[in-house]
Amino acid sequence: MTFNPGAFLAPVVDWLNANFHGFFALITKAIEAVLGTIEGALLVLPPYGLIALVAVAAFFAAGLRVAILSACCLGFCWLMGLWTGSMQTIALVVVAVAIAVAIAFPLGILAARRPRVEAALRPILDVMQTVPPWVYLIPAVMIFSLGKVPAIIATIVYGVPPMLRLTTLAFRGVPKDLKELGEAIGAKPGTILWKIEFPAATPTLLVGLNQCILLSLAMVVLAGLVGAGGLGAEVTRGLTRMEMGLGLRAGLAIVAVALLMDRLSRGALERGSRRKQAG
Amino acid sequence: MTQTDTSDVLIDCQSVWKVFGDRSREAIGAITQRGLGKQEVLREFGCVVGVSDASIQVRRGEIFCIMGLSGSGKSTLIRLLNRLIEPSLGQVKVKGRDVAAMDAATLRETRARHIGMVFQSVALLPQRTVLENAAFGLEVQGVSRDERNRAASAALDKVGLSDWKARYPSELSGGMQQRVGLARALTSDPEIILMDEPFSALDPLIRRQLQDEFRQLTKDLGKSAVFITHDLDEAIRIGDRIAIMKDGVIIQTGTAEEIVMNPADQYVADFVAGISRLHLIKAHSVMISAGQWQGAVDGLPRCSPEADIDALIGQITETGSDAIAVEEDGKLVGIVTIRNLLLGVRGDADASAH
Repeated sequence: MTFNPGAFLAPVVDWLNANFHGFFALITKAIEAVLGTIEGALLVLPPYGLIALVAVAAFFAAGLRVAILSACCLGFCWLMGLWTGSMQTIALVVVAVAIAVAIAFPLGILAARRPRVEAALRPILDVMQTVPPWVYLIPAVMIFSLGKVPAIIATIVYGVPPMLRLTTLAFRGVPKDLKELGEAIGAKPGTILWKIEFPAATPTLLVGLNQCILLSLAMVVLAGLVGAGGLGAEVTRGLTRMEMGLGLRAGLAIVAVALLMDRLSRGALERGSRRKQAG
Repeated sequence: MTQTDTSDVLIDCQSVWKVFGDRSREAIGAITQRGLGKQEVLREFGCVVGVSDASIQVRRGEIFCIMGLSGSGKSTLIRLLNRLIEPSLGQVKVKGRDVAAMDAATLRETRARHIGMVFQSVALLPQRTVLENAAFGLEVQGVSRDERNRAASAALDKVGLSDWKARYPSELSGGMQQRVGLARALTSDPEIILMDEPFSALDPLIRRQLQDEFRQLTKDLGKSAVFITHDLDEAIRIGDRIAIMKDGVIIQTGTAEEIVMNPADQYVADFVAGISRLHLIKAHSVMISAGQWQGAVDGLPRCSPEADIDALIGQITETGSDAIAVEEDGKLVGIVTIRNLLLGVRGDADASAH
């Protein structure tokens, strides 16, 4: 005797499709609009223009080393002839990470404060992290059809757990005496959160953000299978045509994008918290 | 001791209990109805009694020390005063207002304006400068940057950190960090300062220096303080009055002299055994009445009732006299003999005097 969860899930997905089509269409529209705007903004300048702009911005946000590294990474993508794909991938990751953080950060704080919430979330997170990511793609495609939106939804599902877990860890790790100080000087809960807990939690939160970005990037590439475009599409093309050269170029471009996003986000955030000290 | 006006009591803590544990509510019920003690509560309900029936009164302008070893409930007691810990039973009044009855906003306001706190761990924010740390209390109250920096600056000047305002806490020694903690408490100009073992983690020399400075500063600024310590020497050096705690119970409250002269039980007696009496015990505690003195009074050196034994020994050795006449407002109130002084050094009053 076998149990087939698909027999139960498929009608649910069908029912969702039939009754909430308008809702899903709205989500699709919204995500596509945001994605389109970011992609368009990234591609409006010629590659060398954008590289120069990013390098200058990185210099002021994170310092010289990060600026040089960013320019090299972007330059590499351009030289490989994968400029458009790289920009599409970056746009996908940015949107997915933004949404994943928006979901994971408040839930993570809640879990740090209430052990029951954490106990309820833990098995869900375990499932989200261990189910092979392809599996998310199936219902996502069934509901949102092929394209970038199912890719983003699946990426969010994949990016939320590390961010959420590390947010909980970060807030739980805030020294008790600092929180007590906040209460003793009569600070409001929001003030304690932003002025005492958040700065103390920042290093661990950055690790979480970093993990979220890198895992999202991995997932976005995988989502090339469902027509997400970008570098993932190039990898898929290389695989299906057995073109070693294309696959390798796209693979290296993904490494470059990963490096860029990792160092840029970390550098900017670290510098940001350091500047707050000095100011 | 002299009776004080009730309006002079800044913190009035009446029969306060704190019971920790899942069944603390039932345990409290049993304590009020059946009068259970600490041991029974632990046995019956598995609840730990942190503070048991503690009553203290902190008067305006005094430094009130709570002395006890670790686990005696002193840190819990001080947190009950500003409701960082909710009392299970009993009443805490700060400046006449019941702390337990305050809503969240009033409680924040009271903590921000009337009760400063200094922690053993200092609890400085590492990513902020010394000045920003000292100004933090006012910052969370929404005071403008200029104004709070001015107040913080003045407080840092008072604790002798004028040259360190732009540094970060990690650049400071332990003693200096604790000065920042004190400056932070002083910045919002509260009338009461709660000190939770502030100097315990410091080395002895720095600790002594800070004790003297703290006492001086508190008196100069006219603040009242509740000072927690596990060190009786520290309590005696700093405190105007001392409460001794053991297992959540306040065993004895009084001036250092009262505690040393009349320890409430063997525990306190053992504690005070090693304390030097020289500066603690005053003439009025060891003197005998003038009637018990057979010799002439006229030729004797004079002293006030508040002169300590050390000074009296000095007078005796200098003048070569056998006794000293104790005078208050020009009137003879008693005589201190050499025998009285020797007993006083041991912490005893002359039994024949009573």
